[in-house]
Amino acid sequence: MPRLLVLAAVLAAAAFGLPRPGGAQDLVADLSDHVIAINTGFTGTRVLLFGATEGEGEVAVVVRGPADKVTVREKDRVAGIWINQESMSFNAVPGFYAVASSKPIEELAPAAVLDRAGIGLPHLQLATADANERGAEIVGVFRDALIRGLQRRGLYVTEPGQVSFLSGRLFRTRIDFPANVPTGQYQVEAYLFRGGQVVDAQTTPLIVGKVGLGAEIYDFAQREPALYGLAAIIVAVAAGWLASVVFRRA
Amino acid sequence: MQVYLPIAEVSVNALLILGMGGLVGFLSGLFGVGGGFLMTPLLIFIGIPPAVAVGTQANQLVAASVSGMLAHWRRGNVDVKMGLVLLAGSVIGSVLGVRLFSLLQLLGQIDLAINLFYLIFLGTVGGLMLVESLRSMLRYRRTAGQRRKLHKHGWFHGLPFKTRFPKSRLYISALAPLAIGAVGGFLTAIMGIGGGFVLVPAMIYLLGMPASLVAGTSLFQIIFTTALVCFLQAFQNQTVDVLLALLLLAGGVIGAQFGTHASGRLRGDQARALLASLVLVICVKVAFDLIGTPPDLYSVIMRRGG
Repeated sequence: MPRLLVLAAVLAAAAFGLPRPGGAQDLVADLSDHVIAINTGFTGTRVLLFGATEGEGEVAVVVRGPADKVTVREKDRVAGIWINQESMSFNAVPGFYAVASSKPIEELAPAAVLDRAGIGLPHLQLATADANERGAEIVGVFRDALIRGLQRRGLYVTEPGQVSFLSGRLFRTRIDFPANVPTGQYQVEAYLFRGGQVVDAQTTPLIVGKVGLGAEIYDFAQREPALYGLAAIIVAVAAGWLASVVFRRA
Repeated sequence: MQVYLPIAEVSVNALLILGMGGLVGFLSGLFGVGGGFLMTPLLIFIGIPPAVAVGTQANQLVAASVSGMLAHWRRGNVDVKMGLVLLAGSVIGSVLGVRLFSLLQLLGQIDLAINLFYLIFLGTVGGLMLVESLRSMLRYRRTAGQRRKLHKHGWFHGLPFKTRFPKSRLYISALAPLAIGAVGGFLTAIMGIGGGFVLVPAMIYLLGMPASLVAGTSLFQIIFTTALVCFLQAFQNQTVDVLLALLLLAGGVIGAQFGTHASGRLRGDQARALLASLVLVICVKVAFDLIGTPPDLYSVIMRRGG
């Protein structure tokens, strides 16, 4: 299983990590790990991103988890009881979002530039199919609620991290992953800003996957759900019987 | 000691889970209820996704009720015939319940429905049980030793399909236990509980079964109901976390043994008064959740059930 993950990371690196054709590279970055292995003792982890820039500039780093559909529901009071009323679904919401930069994000570039690349939570683009009929104001309320909810779960960063320059050209930053990180393929994007514009960018893939006993259990449950259900019942009956026998002797 | 749960996809403290299993197992053995009404909210409280809490809970209840039932079986406290009739009703009830569950999930009202069911059933059953057991405790003091009628006859005892249940010394319509089983199965599907807290008082007050047989017989029936729900949850939703269930049941089966031993030291009315108080405490908590203003009016549902 770990070998499979590494292979996936290498393949993904081949697809995403290639230098852009044409133009010299002003930004190079890499991660201390390309695979986060979730074993039975996993309690979260930290990955280092380090790199170098050619010439002056500020650096921002964005980490995006695998995209998924997310629904936000709004409660209203009906006859004294709080009941879900309105709801809105967002497509392709990253399951994890963290950002770090060498200067406060708003000082790096105009909002339009940050919006285009989705750098910083206020600039993260979240698309909903209901945008036209509901109006921008209501969409904004639900969008803020979505970000708030994922921040509460520790999946969206609350405080942007710090990218620190070591010698004017070398930089590094830490990315912390909580124990409940979603599994799948992550993108770690590094941006180089100069004069309020993105002058270079690089994307590095990161794989988060389960390994060991946990992975075996998860795969079994997904691939053979009926057998898994029967096995779970047999284990439970055996455990109940065993306990009852042990305690009769005692 | 932190353990990462592969299906729930969260990291939890193993000792905390063992302790929770032990506590709920003890109550399960003591009162002859599965304890699901206590465990499901506890699991959600420590951060297990609700869908996984309900699915895993069913798995854990299988083990706890096997262990508890065997202890009652050895003392001859299981009415198999009554248990099978209850089970037949329960299967009907769970099929209907699963349908309603899917419909409510689609409407986004499953959390509300679960809370309302908790409030209505826990409130009614807990309240009735508390009043009755307190009265019975008073009566016990005044008229200790006086012989009473075996049980009162209600109108539903006279329905068709009158059947003899020799072990329980009852000659009643089979439709009565069938209907009670159906309510139990329905609640299992909707609320992720064994339904013992509804079955036990219904068997005592409605059917008039001898109190000594009630716990064992309801556990007998709950084994099969929870096994069915566990299988359906694993098969349809992949929400049964075996690792979490094993931790819960390791604590649970041990607790259940102590509970069964302790139940011998409690009079029936005392046990019922205790159970009723516990049920009402949970009920008040649920009521506060429904009425109190939530900290955030918006809830975020990720597709993977988190």
